[in-house]
Amino acid sequence: MKPFAYHQPNQIPDAAKLLVSIEDSKLVAGGMTLIPTLKQRLASPVALVDLSKLGNLKGITDDGATITIGAMKPHAVVAASKLVQAKIPGLAALASMIGDPAVRNRGTIGGSVANNDPAADYPAGVLGLGATIVTSTREIVADKFFLGLFETALEPGEIITAIRFPVPIKAGYAKFKAPASRYALVGVFVAQFADGVRVAVTGAGSGVFRVPPMEAALWQNFDPSAIAAIKIDTDGLTSDIHAEADYRAHLVTVMAKRAVDAALS
Amino acid sequence: MGNVIGIGASPKRKEDQRFLTGRGNYVSDIKRPGMTAGVFVRSPHGHAILRGIDKAAALTAPGVIAVLTGEDVAADKLGSLPCGWGISDAKGVPMKEPPFPMLAQGKVRFVGDMVAFVIAETPEQANAAAELLTVDYEVLPSVVGVLEAVRPGAPQLFDDVPNNICCDWELGDKAAVETAFRKAAHVAKLSLVNNRLIGNPMEPRAAIAEYEPGTDRFTLWTTSQFPHVVRFLMGALVLNIPQHKLRVVAPDVGGGFGVKQFHYGEEAVITWAAKRVMRPIKWVASRSEGYVSDRHGRDHVTEAELALDETGKFLAFRVNTLANMGGYLSTFGPNIPTNLYGPLLGGVYMTPAIYCNVKVVFTNTVPVDAYRGAGRPEATFVLERMVDVAASEMGIDRVEIRRRNMIPKEAYPYQTPVLVQYDSGDPMGCLDGALVAADVKSFGIRKAASASKGKFRGLGYSTYVEACGLAPSRFAGRLGARGGLYESATVRVHPTGQVTVMIGTHNHGQGHETTFAQIVSEKLGVSFEDVDIVFGDTDRVQFGMGTYGSRSLVVGGAALSKATDKVVAKGRKIAAHLLEAAEVDIQFEAGQFSVAGTDRMKTFEEIAGAAYVPHNYPLEVLEPGLEEQAYYDPINFTYPGGCHIAEVEVDPETGTVTLVNYTAVDDVGTVINPMIVEGQLHGGIVQGVGQALFENAVYDEGSGQLLSGSLMDYCMPRADHMPMMKVSTHSTLCTHTPMGVKGCGEVGTIGSPAAVINAVVDALSHLGVTHVDMPATPNRIWRLLQNASLPVAAE
Ligand SMILES: Cc1cc2nc3c(=O)[nH]c(=O)nc-3n(C[C@H](O)[C@H](O)[C@H](O)COP(=O)(O)OP(=O)(O)OC[C@H]3O[C@@H](n4cnc5c(N)ncnc54)[C@H](O)[C@@H]3O)c2cc1C
Repeated sequence: MKPFAYHQPNQIPDAAKLLVSIEDSKLVAGGMTLIPTLKQRLASPVALVDLSKLGNLKGITDDGATITIGAMKPHAVVAASKLVQAKIPGLAALASMIGDPAVRNRGTIGGSVANNDPAADYPAGVLGLGATIVTSTREIVADKFFLGLFETALEPGEIITAIRFPVPIKAGYAKFKAPASRYALVGVFVAQFADGVRVAVTGAGSGVFRVPPMEAALWQNFDPSAIAAIKIDTDGLTSDIHAEADYRAHLVTVMAKRAVDAALS
Repeated sequence: MGNVIGIGASPKRKEDQRFLTGRGNYVSDIKRPGMTAGVFVRSPHGHAILRGIDKAAALTAPGVIAVLTGEDVAADKLGSLPCGWGISDAKGVPMKEPPFPMLAQGKVRFVGDMVAFVIAETPEQANAAAELLTVDYEVLPSVVGVLEAVRPGAPQLFDDVPNNICCDWELGDKAAVETAFRKAAHVAKLSLVNNRLIGNPMEPRAAIAEYEPGTDRFTLWTTSQFPHVVRFLMGALVLNIPQHKLRVVAPDVGGGFGVKQFHYGEEAVITWAAKRVMRPIKWVASRSEGYVSDRHGRDHVTEAELALDETGKFLAFRVNTLANMGGYLSTFGPNIPTNLYGPLLGGVYMTPAIYCNVKVVFTNTVPVDAYRGAGRPEATFVLERMVDVAASEMGIDRVEIRRRNMIPKEAYPYQTPVLVQYDSGDPMGCLDGALVAADVKSFGIRKAASASKGKFRGLGYSTYVEACGLAPSRFAGRLGARGGLYESATVRVHPTGQVTVMIGTHNHGQGHETTFAQIVSEKLGVSFEDVDIVFGDTDRVQFGMGTYGSRSLVVGGAALSKATDKVVAKGRKIAAHLLEAAEVDIQFEAGQFSVAGTDRMKTFEEIAGAAYVPHNYPLEVLEPGLEEQAYYDPINFTYPGGCHIAEVEVDPETGTVTLVNYTAVDDVGTVINPMIVEGQLHGGIVQGVGQALFENAVYDEGSGQLLSGSLMDYCMPRADHMPMMKVSTHSTLCTHTPMGVKGCGEVGTIGSPAAVINAVVDALSHLGVTHVDMPATPNRIWRLLQNASLPVAAE
């Protein structure tokens, strides 16, 4: 690890100011992704701006038709939240499947969404539920937020403060864990709303994506059998030492069926 | 008489108190006055010519004390890292043994090969300076697979090793095997890969070296399974340090599995450097560094054929293997796929003729050496897979074909056609026990239940034997060992009757401090709490060959047993004097020396006291003191074995294999501490399951990059992968070790991979699947099923 300065502001504007004024500075939330890269000397920011003292990033609120989760909420808290479990059980289940207990206790929803790892779980939930990313300066809908491999619509100095999730009729998540890392080799989030169905896939490609043919089929009939025959094109899917693209494509269909099952159960 | 906890008891492990309360003393816990930090700069290329290293920028970086390279090693005329075994081909031509410089000279041969050592005041400064080193590489194509390495036109690692073949080794009667194959009613064939593994002990390797000018002595603290051997190899053969001027300490070590039983270049470099900079130096490997420098294991490609008569009796077995050695010969490297592999191909069967050819091959990968089981899991896997293939091709039940060929209990001692002679065993008894314990009778019901959920269930057997307790020195010498393989123990009885044992084996998780104390407690009748076991320090322990090859109890425990016998013998003499009786009339039982047929007696403490305060003592014929030493060199290996039965469930939709039941009935000879044996079996089985289902070291052909170079990509077995295991013992006693022990450290790892893969193949056999390579990952199984179901779909 290379030396760096450390700031722990109390107000969002202060944090934003630090980020903009110090070149090569970085936000740190749970540090579960950032700290390993520092230790391996893959990243060497001159300053870290810690979000942990910004108290207003830690709530979970029920707004009726939506649920808003503060950016600094650790995965374990979302997984255990009675409110999330009651309103969007599929999202609580997703949070419970991330990493291991230590990672779930430290890692945050804001950090996960900002990082946009192609195999992370939350992006599937955020895109699958059509959530809105609330930042220090604006609101961004999920469909416009994830821009592929670790890329998001966030501007320099922009801080995610919360994620607002519309409450679905039903939703479910199914994850096929990569054997070693236990990130998603393929994860599929399925959500049924009064006006449509959304299906979002993580792990399979360079970033989270939706599957319109499955959405259409499930809108007709919200049942696993409706999508059993829908195959995903291998174009753009990842091949690596753990799985080739055709296997990932196959798993998208299998996990989508299981996600629907989970939503129905 | 105190609290005797003897053979057969399961006290909690003595050492766990300090481990579980964070009071262990590991190399990285140690701080020396004025200590500096060292960092190794490693090759990022699999194969390259080393054109030059520009140190200038690194040398002027803050805190830097020195930067050393292969040129400095050459200038100091230091030796090459030695290989402890020299094997030969069929004509007696010795293996090719190119030098293994401790810092690369002229060429780098694997990603991770060391090119420089940077010493600075702090680890951060050393790391920062290491990044400033400019190394000029001329990159060459790499070759990483054995099949590729022996192909004409393959990149050549060494100018004088044609086709990268280190040795073309063979064992067995080739002509007899050929004759038997001509007469065979059936010949079964099998091609398989034994996947490359990375040991991943919990504690990464580390070392501290210090030079004391006042005494001209060096001390090396290192994460080693065999400190005396490091002292010998490094002192005598690499650095030219006289043995009495070199102390090697291996304190608490957090797991080894073989990874720490080699003399590594890092140890030599840091010891040499400590004198050059006249400061202690510490180096602690990162996990990533371990992946590209800890010696790897396994990595075979094998063709096997089994000849059978019409009743399914084995007539002959022929095995041709290409074994990966990596970029250089490591300490035991060439011994593992040859001497520890070929002699095990007889298994528990009466196969009359066996021939094995192993081509030992250099590639641009981390050197390959012993990893838990070392050669024997590979042999067991080939044989036990082969038996299943033959059974299925001949339509004979898998248990029945094993029974027809198994060595009956009465036939021991049994001479195999591949050198080794098994002293004792009862494979049939283990098999019978396991069939019951695994409830094989109702497997059909469980299979049907799985089928109703759309899952395929399979059962797999592995009836195996291994050779451990390394080793009889004379036998090993004939096979090419360049050292002895005995063990030593000193039993020091203090004036007040407590006991300190100095033993040459090394405890790094096996529970020796407990097991050995039980032996002493039982044999001397002293309290379990009154015995301490000292190991891992060449200044405190007389000598030793260390811990590997399931040898600690078998060889070290035997030395300890002999030394305690000597203590009792001397005690008897002292007692005879004190009790004014003839020595033959003195009995020793439960910690008391007594005159037979009388109530006159002396306690062990009284005898110890008399030995150290010899006022009333036969000084004319007996020395004072009560301390005895014994060396033990076994006359044979020991041969633990048993039967493992794995039960798996395959989800055809995703290809996921779930291990649902695991049963092991093992013959490990006398059991000293049943709890520790059970723990060793559990751990060993999990490591074997890891090889079968999860672990795989993958290199990129051409670039030589390790693609599975972290825990994110290299899948270790975890607790949630395992069902509750049913582990028990069915022991016959070893006929030549003092206590009848056989060793249990590796049996789990040796028996399990074949059981698991045989179960996976069984689960999929109705689809025409006849073999699955390890690891049986979901991706691999799914692909097999795609191919397997194609003809069905076409109908
Ligand atoms: C062993 C292990 C296993 C894991 N397994 C999984 C898994 O199975 N599934 C999964 O999805 N993830 C997994 N993770 C990742 C984990 O979920 C991380 O916590 C998460 O990706 C990042 O969250 P964090 O709070 O730790 O972010 P940090 O590491 O602190 O930050 C990550 C990045 O996001 C930026 N950032 C953080 N917060 C904000 C914000 N509010 N606004 C803008 N930018 C911000 C930081 O600057 C940084 O670039 C795993 C991690 C580890 C170490």
